[in-house]
Amino acid sequence: MKLTIPEVELMTPGHLACQGCGATLAMRYTLKALGPKTMLFIPACCWSVLDGPFPYSSLKVPIFHTAFETAASVASGARAGLDMLGDTETNVVSWAGDGGTFDIGIQALSGAAERNDNIIYVCYDNEAYMNTGIQRSSATPWCSWTTTTPQTHPKDEPKKNMVEIMAAHRIPYTATASIAYPEDLIRKMNKAKEIKGTKFMHIFAPCPTGWKTPPEICVKLARLAVQTKIFPLYEIENGLEYTINKTPKGIPAIEYLKLQGRFRHLTQNDVEIIQKNVDREWEILLRKARATEGLREGAHP
Amino acid sequence: MAVSLSSMSFNCTGTWRNVKPVIDYEKCNSCGLCWKFCPDACIYVEDGRPVIDYYYCKGCIVCAEECPRKAIDVVKEE
Amino acid sequence: MQKVIMGNHALSWGAVVSRAQVIAAYPITPQTEVVALLSELCADKILDAKFIKVESEHSAMAACIGASAVGTRTFTATSAQGLALMHEMIHWAVGGRLPVVLGNINRAMGPPWTIWTDQNDSLSQRDTGILQIYCESIQEILDTVIQAFKVSEKVYLPSMIVLDAFVLSHTSENCDIPDVELVDKYLPPYKPQYKMDWREPHAFGGLTSPDWYYELRYKIECAMEQAEEEFRKAHSEFEKLFGRSYGLVESYRCEDAEFIIVASSTIAGTARLVVDELRDRGEKVGLLRIRVFRPFPADEVRQILKNAEKVCVIDRNISFGHGGIFFQEVKSCMYNHRTHPPIFGFIAGLGGRDVTPDVIKEIVQYAKDHKQPQDKIWIGVKR
Repeated sequence: MKLTIPEVELMTPGHLACQGCGATLAMRYTLKALGPKTMLFIPACCWSVLDGPFPYSSLKVPIFHTAFETAASVASGARAGLDMLGDTETNVVSWAGDGGTFDIGIQALSGAAERNDNIIYVCYDNEAYMNTGIQRSSATPWCSWTTTTPQTHPKDEPKKNMVEIMAAHRIPYTATASIAYPEDLIRKMNKAKEIKGTKFMHIFAPCPTGWKTPPEICVKLARLAVQTKIFPLYEIENGLEYTINKTPKGIPAIEYLKLQGRFRHLTQNDVEIIQKNVDREWEILLRKARATEGLREGAHP
Repeated sequence: MAVSLSSMSFNCTGTWRNVKPVIDYEKCNSCGLCWKFCPDACIYVEDGRPVIDYYYCKGCIVCAEECPRKAIDVVKEE
Repeated sequence: MQKVIMGNHALSWGAVVSRAQVIAAYPITPQTEVVALLSELCADKILDAKFIKVESEHSAMAACIGASAVGTRTFTATSAQGLALMHEMIHWAVGGRLPVVLGNINRAMGPPWTIWTDQNDSLSQRDTGILQIYCESIQEILDTVIQAFKVSEKVYLPSMIVLDAFVLSHTSENCDIPDVELVDKYLPPYKPQYKMDWREPHAFGGLTSPDWYYELRYKIECAMEQAEEEFRKAHSEFEKLFGRSYGLVESYRCEDAEFIIVASSTIAGTARLVVDELRDRGEKVGLLRIRVFRPFPADEVRQILKNAEKVCVIDRNISFGHGGIFFQEVKSCMYNHRTHPPIFGFIAGLGGRDVTPDVIKEIVQYAKDHKQPQDKIWIGVKR
């Protein structure tokens, strides 16, 4: 069998994730790239629980469970500590969900990014507070159902653009990835681990339970999100130069939306608005990529 | 301090499933996609072929969905 | 070396000679000098440490927790609003069994805005499980930082060294800053039993059911009890090496005292003067200064107060709806004792209201004039 990604598993079965969980694939691929010399700092999120209760853990790397808003701040401290002990090699990784990144954790993340602390911050994005039972976060897409944005009043606000916020900090490396494209995800993790400074990885990780979809289409959804340009795959060097990794043919957004119970209530008009926004954001991304070509010289001397 | 002492390998998540993926080795060409996309990392490689570990398989059926040759059948769990 | 330094700088020098390895701090009046000096000493390589200029106090404690979790000695300092913001993470350091040392400048809580001293900020952390030591002098602050690292690293609980805003943080005293080599003899490098290490991976702090959480809390209480003994040992060793003695409490002229004032921090310093004055007049007055507040030194307090005829506790704090906190703790520890003298609870000095010798004399007189003890006497309140 020809394997296109490393064979070694640092995530072992027996964990408590729902059937078809995208977050586990995000972790599985990330650890394949980063290897055993890695420490994870995990705030409240699905991974706080699915790793297994005390005294068990399904991961073969050390994990520090930390308070919700502290994924980045605890990692910053750990990095400083390891550096003082002479260990500049071990990967210090914040591993947080969208809630712990876009909302409650954004201050600590911004602080770490501004200081350019040498950590890899990974946000696995399932677009809501799934661990607590599907409440909206600022990562929840416009018009989505969640328990706090019911069908009679679905989410009013567009999804917060966290990648742009991170780029604005001029950190050395910001990238998006999707669990449907593990080779791309692993390439980016490998790239991140060689860079000194703050690296932000935004991984698209569907949640069948929270999105009200059958578990078997988890990877398909992650693929469709990229193919419809709803979740483009791109990198930003030093917060300046944009590189689009994949230019999809462009499947209509409806092909992605129609598979999900959380979008069941969408009207024709809603879908049109969504398509228009997707097209516009893609166009902006294209222009950014063109306009910033070769402009990557870092802000950090 | 709550420090973990061992893995979750004792946990038989195979009891979770209602349906079970079964690889049809006649159709399977060992492309590795099922191994790659298993959220429970419970498909392992043996003699160059994918083998499902039913002790852990939760029956999510991502493997069957992703298989490009439709070489994985979905059967009801007894 | 001998140096005239301010209270805040005693905290900084304490961290320096204790070889703190990671410092994460955020500025707040009146703590800023602590971190400013540490920044300078780090930049000048007098202290070999990483200084993380975090963006909030919550992140300061979080960063210290991260650094401690990988096995380094960590220090931070804050006050009032900052301490309140750190509260969640103080719980985390306790439950995580991480020996972070924290210097807190006692500043009254807003709103309204205030920068002057009282103890509500530190006492609001009472139930977290952090060790608490209240300092009266600048030398004591510096010495206590060193002792706190020693005790914390033995029992795996964080410590908080507390000093009054301005009265102690911004006044100066001639201080002995011990040589680092001497401190090394007292305080060996931090070698935790468990730490984040890829060679030996563990998950720390995973979801714990009622089957085990109870026992983990019991272990914390055991550690608190052990801390009492560790403080005694630490004090005894400190005296041998550095020549200065400390206790969980300080008993001043209490042996034959009929009337005992119980106080902490700088109010105790002022009370000592009043005790001497009253003694000169022939009154049998004594002072019990509570220094280590957590773990609460119940045995010492009972021993010293048991034969008093009257006790007044002066609290520069208030637990609304119940009274001064030191008062409550002292009163409750005397309750079951076979002799329990009447105990008066006085509130004084909130928000930095000056507690002068006259105020303390007023307190003593009030207690003398009243047969029945009272719980909440607000000395000097303008009605």
